[in-house]
Amino acid sequence: MAERNMSPNKTPIPEQDPQVRNKNFDEVALGYTEEMAVSEAARCLQCKNRPCVAGCPVNVQIPEFINLIANRDFAGAYKKIKETNSLPAVCGRVCPQETQCEAKCIRGIKGDSVGIGRLERFAADWAMKNLDEKAEMPKRNGHKVAVLGAGPAGLTCAGDLAMLGYDVTIFEAFHKGGGVLVYGIPEFRLPKAIVQAEIDKLGEIGVKLETNILAGKVISIPELFEEEGFDAIFIGTGAGLPMFMHIPGENYNGVFSANEYLTRTNLMKAYSEEAATPMIRFKKVAVVGGGNVAMDSARCAQRLGADTVYIVYRRSMEEMPARQEEVHHAIEEGIVFNILTNPTQIIGDDKGYVKGIECIKMELGEPDASGRRRPIPIEGSEFVLDVDAVIMALGTNPNPIISDNTPDLEVNKKGCILADEETGATSIPGVFAGGDIVTGAATVILAMGAGKVAATAIDKYIQEKK
Amino acid sequence: MYKILKKRDLNESNVLMEIEAPRVVKKALPGQFVILRVDENGERIPLTIAGVDHETGGVRVIFQKVGYSTTLLGEKNEGDYICDFAGPLGKPTDFEDFKKVIVVGGGLGCAIAYPIAKALFDKGVEVDLVVGFKTKDLIILEDEMKEAATRLHIMTDDGSYGKKGFTTDGLDAVLAEDPNYDAVFVFGPPIMMKFIAQVTKKYGVKTIVSMNPIMIDGTGMCGGCRITVGGETKFACVDGPDFDGHLVDWDEFMRRSAMYKEQEAEAMAKHKCRMEGMS
Repeated sequence: MAERNMSPNKTPIPEQDPQVRNKNFDEVALGYTEEMAVSEAARCLQCKNRPCVAGCPVNVQIPEFINLIANRDFAGAYKKIKETNSLPAVCGRVCPQETQCEAKCIRGIKGDSVGIGRLERFAADWAMKNLDEKAEMPKRNGHKVAVLGAGPAGLTCAGDLAMLGYDVTIFEAFHKGGGVLVYGIPEFRLPKAIVQAEIDKLGEIGVKLETNILAGKVISIPELFEEEGFDAIFIGTGAGLPMFMHIPGENYNGVFSANEYLTRTNLMKAYSEEAATPMIRFKKVAVVGGGNVAMDSARCAQRLGADTVYIVYRRSMEEMPARQEEVHHAIEEGIVFNILTNPTQIIGDDKGYVKGIECIKMELGEPDASGRRRPIPIEGSEFVLDVDAVIMALGTNPNPIISDNTPDLEVNKKGCILADEETGATSIPGVFAGGDIVTGAATVILAMGAGKVAATAIDKYIQEKK
Repeated sequence: MYKILKKRDLNESNVLMEIEAPRVVKKALPGQFVILRVDENGERIPLTIAGVDHETGGVRVIFQKVGYSTTLLGEKNEGDYICDFAGPLGKPTDFEDFKKVIVVGGGLGCAIAYPIAKALFDKGVEVDLVVGFKTKDLIILEDEMKEAATRLHIMTDDGSYGKKGFTTDGLDAVLAEDPNYDAVFVFGPPIMMKFIAQVTKKYGVKTIVSMNPIMIDGTGMCGGCRITVGGETKFACVDGPDFDGHLVDWDEFMRRSAMYKEQEAEAMAKHKCRMEGMS
């Protein structure tokens, strides 16, 4: 065992220089070297009560895998993570560790918490580079499960069920699996080759992926049971519908939902010369919103050649829902933050293209229902930002295609599928659901957690029915 | 991968293809569309379904080789494969219980006007089919259309076949004689649909237009296909593609459709360069 590292500071992770990376789509954080990882792993106190594990939605055995890294058993560390987490290379990059596992770390009381996310990423990347063994195909139990949607919830549920011996088919509406991991989160935060490698690994354990299938429309829930012989169904179709502000000028050319802007850029690879999907190279861009999706959009716009990119957010930095790390990266890269500012209208030229966005200054009043101080417009403070594109990153609503086509499936007022928290069971026997389609827009890891819970419940359901 | 079962050049620029997609065939209804990608770097292009063959499992699409991706598709042959094919998307056309209708098709729009007219005609509806082409050489599906309507009115801009004039003239003539139609269905370029809607408004006849804006996913996810109908923003992919032609904001629609004109022209020029370099 290496000697414990009592430094109060997390081992820094090497990153591309901000002024270089804001012009390319290569990954920002470069990852730990073996020495860095071993040294950071030695900061873990190996607490008996393991508070970090309680903070993980998929129950990764954190002190155990970190101990294996500290002892240079990198393959062992990877396998330990894989026991409960089917997408470690993804989680190591995009999980909000600072509010989950790392928030509970004892080292965080006096100094930085252990860099759990960075270590998870290290183990996954190390395995991808150095481990060449194919996963063993689990013995089949003769039961079929359909998974609708190949995003984080669906992939996790499919992986767990395949490990238990189920014959799993994922139906995906897009031409590629990965969901938000491929259409939403940009290449520089989560390289698509990594997502593809994780999906390929699911293929090794027998998971089938059928793309271009819009479940609910092309195949209905009853047909999956009756005609295709599935024993159970998991719905993980996500929250895909973009919200707009309903202010004047929102349909001018150059106004995008973040979904469209990011899908063009990421999934359709509009940043590369080879891709046929067009993207206008805007010079001045305003991104409306303060979440991770807003940060991703702004940083994409910068990389696609914009001189100036503004974040327009109606509350203050403190209330911003984006991860601190993302905000920090955006600031480093030169994104301009217009906080306490809210758009009132979008201004177009005579050809119908955006030429500016009119905003009003805000001040914070009493806390609202969300517990955050309510932003109130300051009368007469309107001003115009000259921009040629506006990206609306205001959040998304659940995709209604399955619920619209499945009358027996109960949903709430917002269109979220009603599912039991403990099992993911819906109002239709044998149909389970999880991820954003149940919770509304949330995080990758929460969706993965829901996929995991449902996999356990589906196994129980099928075994009891026999 | 999806196999091209059949390819037929309808004229110099319009191509008919049947693409093997049995799952789509099983569910497709008139008025719905598919999204396809030609190859790995391809863009997702929406095309309205022009018919299905239940025996071969083929979905019929008709397209004009007008941009980079449609040109690329047009270069494929029978037996070749394309990368992706997803559908059916959008809501099917609502035929309500119309007894007497006019179906209008302009140019390539006839690819869709024809199956809609046929579906109505086969149900016993009285159908006037008004179709327009620039000139005689560009006429498509004439034989098929004859079988799909009570009366077929062919218009050409230059008078080289049928009656001289636009579809608006042909429609106006039909309505002037008898304005008692339950509905007019319109398929064609935006500018034509705009003016057709003006004609039908004059006669107070319900008008259903099939919108084909720029879109990516076709499932309501990107919002790129938004159009203003009766002052409200709608997503053509999930709320449509059919809308009330009297309520559509046509000028906005045409502006949005032209959004990537420059980029498309560049892509086309590059493609031509490559092709000429190869020969």
